[in-house]
Amino acid sequence: MTETPAPPRTSPLHDRHEALGASFTDFGGWNMPVRYTSDLAEHHAVRQAAGLFDISHMAEFVVAGPLAARFLDYVLAGRLSTMKVGKAKYSLVLAASGGIIDDVIVYRTGDEHFLVIANAGNRDAVAAAFQTAQATWASAADALPSSAAAATEVPEPSEGSGPRSFAFVAGSTGLTVEDVTDDYALIALQGPAARGILSSTPGVEITGTALDELGYYAWTEGTFDGAPLFVARTGYTGEDGYELLIPTAHAAALWDAALAAGADRGLVPCGLAARDTLRLEAGMPLYGHELSRDIVPAQAGLGRVVAVDKEGFIGKEGLSSGPADAPVLVGLVSEGRRAGRAGYPVLHGDDTVGVITSGALSPTLGHPVAMAFVAPAASAIGTELSIDVRGTRIPATVTALPFYRRNA
Amino acid sequence: MTDLTALSYTSEHEWIALSDEDGATIATVGITDFAADKLGDVVFVELPGADSAVTAGDVCGEIESTKSVGELYAPITGTVVEVNDSVVDDPSLVNAEPFAGGWLIKIRVEGDLPGDLLDRAAYEDLTA
Repeated sequence: MTETPAPPRTSPLHDRHEALGASFTDFGGWNMPVRYTSDLAEHHAVRQAAGLFDISHMAEFVVAGPLAARFLDYVLAGRLSTMKVGKAKYSLVLAASGGIIDDVIVYRTGDEHFLVIANAGNRDAVAAAFQTAQATWASAADALPSSAAAATEVPEPSEGSGPRSFAFVAGSTGLTVEDVTDDYALIALQGPAARGILSSTPGVEITGTALDELGYYAWTEGTFDGAPLFVARTGYTGEDGYELLIPTAHAAALWDAALAAGADRGLVPCGLAARDTLRLEAGMPLYGHELSRDIVPAQAGLGRVVAVDKEGFIGKEGLSSGPADAPVLVGLVSEGRRAGRAGYPVLHGDDTVGVITSGALSPTLGHPVAMAFVAPAASAIGTELSIDVRGTRIPATVTALPFYRRNA
Repeated sequence: MTDLTALSYTSEHEWIALSDEDGATIATVGITDFAADKLGDVVFVELPGADSAVTAGDVCGEIESTKSVGELYAPITGTVVEVNDSVVDDPSLVNAEPFAGGWLIKIRVEGDLPGDLLDRAAYEDLTA
């Protein structure tokens, strides 16, 4: 295992962002666009039309081999072995303590082939978790399945791929785990107009499941100007849309083609600022805010992600020993325009009962929203709490997540 | 179009336009385009009330964007004589017209001006 390049790193689309006049911010060790023109305009574009995001900072791992599914059942919180090829699933990488190392989306790309997309800032932590798990994972290697169907490969990088930053081949088990982050760009096309835009992007040919037959949390494949294109109907905005994985050499051409195809449909390039307010409205957690190694899944409302009845998996023992009165994640809504922010105390009467993890004036709803960890006794829907906004108490009501749900 | 070279600036990214009204020196205060760009879309401003006293270097208000909270420092010691209600109602003026319709407060200057105000060239060097 070699070290990943020193941050800040830049996306294969960096020159496109500069040409579009983006402002940049450091995120997970990457210098990424925070906005192009206006966070609010970009946010509204995604809700009403479509937005194009460069999320190439996210980490991609390919897990392959006859025991890939069983390995993922061991190293992740969910049951991945029962996924159908073509589907996607949200899952968690847990520490032995049950705390969250990262949240990931797993795509089953073949019977023995999976793509795992992790957060940029957790790339090394996830790689380390995979490596540690492989070392402790001995028993499953005894029972190699006899039938090994052919895998649908994730697109191979076409050219210029440098040395892998992380890869291992696990001895006799036929398991390989490879970090392919540097081979690909990841572009998210999100919003109600996304399907129409992708369908009409010149050069995009869908060779797998047609876009109008592709379900949510499923993927299909195709080509863009001859390069392999992986198309997932997933996202982090609360809108319908796609995440497009493309070899880095073809990323700029795809970005340009999509922007041009969407220009008359309201498509705009969007930065991380809009991505953050969009995911907050959609009640989606952000690692480092709602999720951390000190938080177990049930606290963050992610108990359903854990397949507790699985035989043995990393974190299982830790999960059974958590305190019953641990704070839990809630949504808070307020009136006015003054938002609670990450780190602000949450009070019940005069007692501090929790802390905000993310908060903003919701661009879509027009009032402040926040996610917070609060004591279970203060977590019931409808509980009247207050937020200490730099010395001023702002009333806030516990509400169900998400704050915003698109019309299906 | 505001003549940016006629304004004074602070290292906290405020601009100041000085004028004479009935023998008093009035300072109109806003934040610069640089500060507005750094903040992102401004969604909330809290300003000191009219007739309140402000002291150079002290926090006298807040400017919130979707992403962050910025503090407004009083660039000058004096008394607030006017607050821009338009910008309170429509904070996006701070982004759209930082040097014009996005002005924040007017202060009647009391005592000497701070010695560390910057001219345009010095401010541009600061933000280069």
